[in-house]
Amino acid sequence: MFKSLLLSLLSLSLTAAHAQIAVKADLLFTMTGDLKPIKNAIILCSPDGTIQAVGTDIQIPEGYQTLTVKVATPGIIDAHSTVGLSGILNSPKHDQEQLEKSAPIQPELRAIDAYNGRDPLVKWLRDLGVTTVHTGHAPGTLISGQLMVVKTNVPAITSLDDTLVPTSAVAATLGSSALSKSPGTRAKAIALLRAELLKAQAHARKISTAEADDEKDAPAPNIKLQILVDVLNKKTPLLINAQRHQDIASALRLREEFGFNLILDGAAEAYLLLEEIKAAGIPVIVHPTMGRPFGDLENMTFTLAAQLHQKGIPFAFQSGYETYVPKTRVVHFEAALAAAYGLPREIALAACTIYPAKILGLDDKIGSLAPGKHADLALFDGDPLETTTHTTHVIINGKLVSSTAK
Amino acid sequence: MRSRNLLALALAPLIAFPLIYSSAQESPEPELKIQAFTNATIYPVSSPKIENATLLLKGDTIIAVGPSDQIDIPADAQRIDATGKTIIPGLICTHSHIGSVSGADSSSPIQPEVRVLDSIDVRDTSINKARAGGITTVNLMSGSGHLLSGQTLYLKLREGNTVEDLSIKLPDGSLAYGVKMANGTNSIRDNGPFPGTRAKSAALVRQKFLEAQVYQKKRAKHLEENDPEKTFERDLALETLADILDGKRTVHHHTHRHDDILTVLRLKEEFGFKVVLHHVSEAWKVADEIAAADVPCSLIFLDSPGGKLEARDFEWRNGAELEKRGVLTALHTDDPINDSRWFLRNAAIGVRAGMSREKALEALTLSGAKILDLDKSVGSLEPGKQADFVLLSGDPFSIYTRILETHIEGKQVFDLEDPQDRLFAEGGYGAGHNRQATGCCFYR
Repeated sequence: MFKSLLLSLLSLSLTAAHAQIAVKADLLFTMTGDLKPIKNAIILCSPDGTIQAVGTDIQIPEGYQTLTVKVATPGIIDAHSTVGLSGILNSPKHDQEQLEKSAPIQPELRAIDAYNGRDPLVKWLRDLGVTTVHTGHAPGTLISGQLMVVKTNVPAITSLDDTLVPTSAVAATLGSSALSKSPGTRAKAIALLRAELLKAQAHARKISTAEADDEKDAPAPNIKLQILVDVLNKKTPLLINAQRHQDIASALRLREEFGFNLILDGAAEAYLLLEEIKAAGIPVIVHPTMGRPFGDLENMTFTLAAQLHQKGIPFAFQSGYETYVPKTRVVHFEAALAAAYGLPREIALAACTIYPAKILGLDDKIGSLAPGKHADLALFDGDPLETTTHTTHVIINGKLVSSTAK
Repeated sequence: MRSRNLLALALAPLIAFPLIYSSAQESPEPELKIQAFTNATIYPVSSPKIENATLLLKGDTIIAVGPSDQIDIPADAQRIDATGKTIIPGLICTHSHIGSVSGADSSSPIQPEVRVLDSIDVRDTSINKARAGGITTVNLMSGSGHLLSGQTLYLKLREGNTVEDLSIKLPDGSLAYGVKMANGTNSIRDNGPFPGTRAKSAALVRQKFLEAQVYQKKRAKHLEENDPEKTFERDLALETLADILDGKRTVHHHTHRHDDILTVLRLKEEFGFKVVLHHVSEAWKVADEIAAADVPCSLIFLDSPGGKLEARDFEWRNGAELEKRGVLTALHTDDPINDSRWFLRNAAIGVRAGMSREKALEALTLSGAKILDLDKSVGSLEPGKQADFVLLSGDPFSIYTRILETHIEGKQVFDLEDPQDRLFAEGGYGAGHNRQATGCCFYR
């Protein structure tokens, strides 16, 4: 009580410049507990950018800027995007930084060295309610580079602190889109990957031998092998994009052999391997529901998320990587479509808020609304999953970043 | 096969034989099946929504639509209880690349002699998926990588073995089609004979149409003289352009940027085209000019702008801006750009950005029919029109609404309850084996 009084006094003094925000929502999805929404709820944002209070019996202290809305949810999280690297213009050498095709395996390419938070597509997503993206190098080569987690209000990476996670995963691709002259076949692709991971194992051994024995020299620095050592040490997960069932099976086989943390990505035919994926205990970031049913995605289904949910496999939605128009998808639009095809609505919402936060290991900070967590919110004038609903406001770290009513 | 059709199929040999015999003896026409879909919420589109309504069909034609208590259902009619369901006209996609369609090759930028008719695979699963999306009439187009990439083809998505089975015949016996043109980025290439700039693009098109004007006059003179001694050398390319100049064929013109849109309006002014603007990403910038030119538009609503420079300024409010100015506006999927199964959702985006629900539904149906000059036979639920309609589980613009059945000319072509149809509706193992559409510009 005393603390909140102190806080409100503090906030009063800040009112002139930046009023603290209070949200009054007819329906609030905190995405905690049983995921059911609470009626007539209030959320107070604290000056440090976290949530100060959430509940139904809260008085809004004086001096707060109150936003009264129909529906509030945690800021939407896109579990896998390429936004900020794959720019709006689709212009090679100008704004297409998501894929470097000079070599099939380049895990050393960092997302932080390529991200442009000022690209209009980042704003596009932010205005629609997406507050956090897991973004970076695209599917399309065996190992295309790294991914990072960043809020959509960050215009540029000036220090690692601008990200939530500077290196969140290494992105790999199995299947047709990663095949060209070499590797030109699926079998060759796996052979190349295994050889590279064996090299990384040897590199790791040399490092630990040198650390234990002063007589032994440390191996020459090698940023490519170092990041793969991080993968082998389970410090950084390997996110493998695999759509066809045999490619998913290959991803599971690689994990079995090398023991890294695997995140399955895309996984269009995962419904053929539900038992195996469940047994391996790995999460799936499902292909965009509006993915195009060609090539490796020809047998994709809109019911994949519902099937994963029924099986109890952790999953989240992604906007994925678009090569043409539209240049990005919108992750909660993808979730909405899955809700039309058998996925319970609150699970659809969870799979673009708290579920991706868990998969990314960030559920202590983002993805749900509770005191102490980041004050990231998306506000709507109706059901957040309905196409005709508008996103009225977007809040990141307690600050209003959009009120375009899009 | 679907349950209701199964019965018909089982009875078919019994019925068919006597029919063949009787027709040989020039007996009266066989009785047409009467179907009554009762107690539905019906959006006729040509008139306001009706609750507790009945749709009455005889054979392939609608004979009545109205409140259930005002419709007399003949005793021999097949009654289908549609309580809790919504019925809308079959959707009309004015621009699609399903059916593995292709058009012009890379030999030149203007190829009016090429017909998409000669490329369509009616067994491509993209056609089944379009039926699952409620689409009953479609304008199959060649791509936008040419200034003129060929003759399009209007199809009804009936079940059939050949493209002719799906085609639409005009009163003069010819097939219904338009011509695909494009300007802007896609048709500009680094190497000749393709244009390298927008001005060159317009110059190439104008030169060709000036030649076509000469051909048009010669052809008209030949027909007028009606002299069997004189032969007329047909030119397949100029013939198509002359048909456009005669107003017999509509130009379906891909165009995005405001200046490119105005270039199309200028060409229309000079040559008297009957033209429809397609995509029209920057319609909001030149909406007044489009309205003043009295040119209809076919729009697409994408989930984000971009993908190319000329789609950077695309906005969702294009639909609302055109509606405000009374411009005849239809929608299209541009499948594979937007999957045919999400066509209803496309209109919902238009509603989100300010279109009225009425005009958005019209844009999926009657406006498309008008743009394709097929509104006498399709596009709304009115007596005398072809019985093309879709049964929905609820509000056409709700994301949770499912398409339950699609009917074309009184025959069911999609039934969600049928396992094979459901596979096409939802996807899954075996739903694919799709040949990639060649009409568009995917880079990988």
